[in-house]
Amino acid sequence: MARRILTALVGAAVTGIGAHAASAATLDDVKAKGFIQCGVNTGLAGFAAPDASGNWSGFDVDYCKAIAAAVFGDASKVKYTPTSAKERFPALQSGEVDVLARNTTWTINRDTALGFNFRPVNYYDGQGFMVRKSLDVKSALELSGAAVCVQTGTTTELNLADYFKTNNLQYNPVVFEKLEEVNAAYDAGRCDVYTTDQSGLYSLRLTLSKPDDHMILPEIISKEPLGPAVRQGDDQWYDIVSWVHYALVQAEEFAITQANVEEMKKSPNPDIQRFLGVEADSKIGTDLGLTNEWAVNVIKAVGNYGEIFDRNIGAGSPLKIERGLNALWNKGGIQYAPPVR
Amino acid sequence: MTTHEASFVRASMVEASPAPVLESGIVFWLRKNLFATPKDTALTIISLLVLAWLVPPAIQWLFIDAAWTGGGRGVCATVEQGGSQPEGWSGACWAFVNAKFSQFLFGRYPMDERWRPALVGILFVLLLVPMLMPKVPYKGLNAVLLLVALPIVATILLPGGWFGLTYVETPLWGGLLVTLVLSFVGIAVSLPLGILLALGRRSDMPVIKMLCTVFIEIVRGIPLITVLFMASVMLPLFLPQGVTFDKFLRALIGVSLFASAYMAEVVRGGLQAIPKGQYEGADSLGLSFWQKMNLIILPQALKLVIPGIVNTFIGLFKDTSLVSIIGMFDLLGIVRLNFSDTNWASAVTPVSGLIFAGFVFWLFCFGMSRYSGFMERVLDRSQR
Repeated sequence: MARRILTALVGAAVTGIGAHAASAATLDDVKAKGFIQCGVNTGLAGFAAPDASGNWSGFDVDYCKAIAAAVFGDASKVKYTPTSAKERFPALQSGEVDVLARNTTWTINRDTALGFNFRPVNYYDGQGFMVRKSLDVKSALELSGAAVCVQTGTTTELNLADYFKTNNLQYNPVVFEKLEEVNAAYDAGRCDVYTTDQSGLYSLRLTLSKPDDHMILPEIISKEPLGPAVRQGDDQWYDIVSWVHYALVQAEEFAITQANVEEMKKSPNPDIQRFLGVEADSKIGTDLGLTNEWAVNVIKAVGNYGEIFDRNIGAGSPLKIERGLNALWNKGGIQYAPPVR
Repeated sequence: MTTHEASFVRASMVEASPAPVLESGIVFWLRKNLFATPKDTALTIISLLVLAWLVPPAIQWLFIDAAWTGGGRGVCATVEQGGSQPEGWSGACWAFVNAKFSQFLFGRYPMDERWRPALVGILFVLLLVPMLMPKVPYKGLNAVLLLVALPIVATILLPGGWFGLTYVETPLWGGLLVTLVLSFVGIAVSLPLGILLALGRRSDMPVIKMLCTVFIEIVRGIPLITVLFMASVMLPLFLPQGVTFDKFLRALIGVSLFASAYMAEVVRGGLQAIPKGQYEGADSLGLSFWQKMNLIILPQALKLVIPGIVNTFIGLFKDTSLVSIIGMFDLLGIVRLNFSDTNWASAVTPVSGLIFAGFVFWLFCFGMSRYSGFMERVLDRSQR
């Protein structure tokens, strides 16, 4: 109850004060202060986590770097604000962060009532189930009566309740506050089923004592489109954040990588020339309020979408998440960039 | 002098004969303490069995089977888990703590600048240790250095931005550094402020009394987590855009005020325990209010409530972990943050990290507790 009142209070304050904070031109502010303040997760494997020397790294962190590269031509001009699930929206609304790249699900409520703008989805996630193979179930519909480990206070918990209610199944939730508690409880056999977003299931596998004894069920019970969020009412900044993502996706489609971007500038393909801003009289960046080199800078800094994915969460990382829905549109996924023209 | 000639007078004392075997040495100690009655014997045997059941596996897990060195999750995972350890292996992953150790101490403080917090830490220890030893002289100078000079030096060194030092903003601070800065400031502020609040609450002046009471009761009535959350999340919403003031500073103020309110109540307990005669005696000597308090009342009252004061300090030390919810990483926070590093994710990483954090917290709290016991004995001379 206390949590609900607090949420309502924060929500009220956010919507009430949102109006005055929203109209500022973020790009000018960012250029004036010389760096981007980027809201990230307080620790999510593969998305925002500290590396060996304590620097932030991960999928979301690379998006912060990419935006900094687009604006300044220098991916290091970014400062990170780790935000908890409760803090993230007030932090964006109050202007404490310029962009929220924190695996935040795009919902109508957040897009409208909370006063944010989402557009590109940089990671299509969805809630799934992991079970012990010894249970011998093939579908989530056979889970009636199961004990389900779930983290409390998340949309995961609510989706779980909805799913079991819709399908008239009984279940026994075993809830914990901290992720590592849920992981440990599932590993110790305190529940039969573990549910969280699919990306989380992959990181859970790394911490299980017998990963081969577990399987992921085919059902995906929710849509979790994750993407960077900005404040409503600043279209220029919104465009920049959106087009950084599209540029990353487009670069993958053109097979432009961190390594070959300079070479690609000499490509005879007019689409690539236009994209990299080497076409004569190019206005590809100036229309956005950036330099024409912006896409080049982004790719030089972090690589294309596929490279970011592989390095942080995909085949090149311990997580080994498959591309799935996040593959390019012409490779069986739904990552699609509007034409750069 | 005449010498004793008589044969029955001994020239020297008889050597004391050793105590009977059953009344001395280890056998006596065992009999007295462990096997005095059948009930004691039964309890001893049960305890020994429990220890034999718990301790060897714990030592095995913590030390013998532990992975001490290594560069990634492989050393802390079995072959099935994608690592190099044999099937069925389980042991502490100290390699994780080892690899992340400097992060646990300093958080994300830039590598090249870590000599700064290290230097502040050394100065702190050099000043604190003589301060804690009753026999070392120059307590006044020492206190000034510890409570005035050190905070000034730390304010210059830690954030930097002066004298050619690069500016290191507080979101980069973390680990033990944050835990210690928060608790040191909290302790250093809360004791004097708590004493003032306690005196204020017992004051005859209605306005002061009311203000102090209201402050204490409001702050004590709110959970610390709410204070931190309000300071970190709500405050910026009410400030004009662009005006920010440091999140760490907000947490420092929140924690200090919070601890002061608790300290005030502890001290008030001590003040109330002093017999009225002491107050009246001081008054009859013509002492002013502050003379009365400084010379007569507070030395007695504070001595009485040392356990309560240290209790508050220990609580405060552990409460600093709550800053995790506002995105600051204290020791526990940074340990937990590193669980999300996929290069180290394994079944035993979280347990090992938490055991390490718990051990560090225990070291500090146990140290404080032992020291307070020692101070009680030192100050208690008059009562023995």
